[in-house]
Amino acid sequence: MNSTAPSIEMTNSQLEELALKCRRHIVKMIHSAGAGHPGGSLSAIDIIVALYGNRLRIETSNPDWGDRDRFIMSKGHASPAIYSILYEMGFISEMDMMSFRSMGSVCQGHVDMKWTDGVDFSAGSLGMGLSFGLGCALAARMDSSDRNIWVMVGDGEIQEGQFWEAAMAADFHSAGRLNLVVDRNRIQNDDFVETQMEVGDVAAKLSSFGWEVIEIDGHNMEEIVSSIDWSLSNSARPTAIIAHTTKGKGVSFMENNPSFHGKAPNDEELQIALEELS
Amino acid sequence: MSAPSTGGASRDGYGAALLRLAADQRVVVLEADLGKSTKSCLFREAHPERTISLGIAEQNMILVAAGMSSSGKIPFASTFAIFTERGFEQVRNGVARPGLVVHLCGSHGGIHTGTDGSSAQSIEDLALYRTIPGMTVMHPCDDLSAEELTVQLLGHENPSYTRTARNKTPRMYDGDSCKKLRIGKGSILREGSDVAIISCGVMVSESIKAAEYLFSKGISAAVVDMHTLKPLDKDLIDELADTCKGIVTAEDHSVIGGLGSAVAEHLSSRGDTPMRMIGVSDRFGESGTPEQLMESLGMTHKDIVNSCESLVS
Repeated sequence: MNSTAPSIEMTNSQLEELALKCRRHIVKMIHSAGAGHPGGSLSAIDIIVALYGNRLRIETSNPDWGDRDRFIMSKGHASPAIYSILYEMGFISEMDMMSFRSMGSVCQGHVDMKWTDGVDFSAGSLGMGLSFGLGCALAARMDSSDRNIWVMVGDGEIQEGQFWEAAMAADFHSAGRLNLVVDRNRIQNDDFVETQMEVGDVAAKLSSFGWEVIEIDGHNMEEIVSSIDWSLSNSARPTAIIAHTTKGKGVSFMENNPSFHGKAPNDEELQIALEELS
Repeated sequence: MSAPSTGGASRDGYGAALLRLAADQRVVVLEADLGKSTKSCLFREAHPERTISLGIAEQNMILVAAGMSSSGKIPFASTFAIFTERGFEQVRNGVARPGLVVHLCGSHGGIHTGTDGSSAQSIEDLALYRTIPGMTVMHPCDDLSAEELTVQLLGHENPSYTRTARNKTPRMYDGDSCKKLRIGKGSILREGSDVAIISCGVMVSESIKAAEYLFSKGISAAVVDMHTLKPLDKDLIDELADTCKGIVTAEDHSVIGGLGSAVAEHLSSRGDTPMRMIGVSDRFGESGTPEQLMESLGMTHKDIVNSCESLVS
């Protein structure tokens, strides 16, 4: 499973199966590292799988191909989600993936383009990815390329002012190949978003900034795939998919639980998680 | 667009350099509403299709530049020195950490900026950017050297920060002599054997004045335009330390973390060279003419002379 634009499209059930595999990788690598962010990795993985599995034009054998689509993971703490799909796509080995967070590993704590083939952005400081994606989109337009730029942010992340600077600039520059996904899992580091600083009606806010916006269930593969295609078909304006998700999706004791934003499962919890994800 | 000044201000050199760089189609220019001041407006007028206006939003500008760099462009982004600092963490995490080549220019650096007052007078920018691994940091002294050094950034493999000044200062170079400048190599403007004055930016002309006065008193002072603070020309500093009784640094910047600190960090490994630092002591500036402020903050050629005399007496 690699190559340029996927020639054989995966069915929704195949994508769901791939997402389940990735969920297993996620909990295993975080358990192995003894640290990491399972909640936001599990909320984001279905969308990531749909993009990588069926829509991103990338080449496993040539990760630096200049005209590839870009996937900017702005919520860089959800790195296990990225490493799990990069492993499944053949960019990194299982040993790479399972060395997550260890000294010298290509799988750094937060996704880092300098360390990992297939990673397009060095994240870890929230609020920067949309700006970076806008830069990629403007460069693509100067090159007369139709490559697409995808950016994924968390909902807590958009409390950062820079995100809105970028949102305003993307509209001003009519960055039509810029496609945003907001992982609206409603939990951030300290607690629920509504207790820290509620971000409110994100769709209305982005609409008022000039964006085309759609809201979906971020775990429903049919809605995910059709929203991606809607976004790709709209190349005149920047587009945003507000994906309503569940933090920790797929592992009962992690679901909607702020304490698993940035905590590794212990041995027993790993076994329960893997049973639930079988 | 305001008319470019007739030469002498290093920001004019930046604007002129962008025009020369335009022949390379990879070069793009980013602005945050101060292009008329930083002089990137000259590029905008000639090449609007490669100029990106990002409004008064510096953090976004820096990461847009990073994204463009990752896509094969060579971005030159500018605003006031002080407002680049608003995006310091963006430079650190979004540009330098992944090793993306973005060239940032901060104009209106230092108290020499004058009547705008302390909010506009960055006296810490050089210190900040010097701390970032892999970052090249420059502060040219006049328009011609600023132009030459900016043009040399085209083939540079590291991200950079260049501080330019608002006001004209005497030219230290002409069309031929500035071509000998190299990023990372200090430029000896005056030979001397008793004491060495290492300076940058608007303080270079003050240093020359000081050396001329010292010569009349029988003291031989070398003057170096250390336009590149990082990577620092350590070999040249060693040569000066070997031949002179001491070193005086002169900069329009806080004495905490700037050129003086860079020289002292290197000399600390030798332990044999007395030095003095001329610069802004631990305080903010205020409104006033450049001359008034330099007099008031102890940053004139007379202050350099006094420091030199204290080292050779």
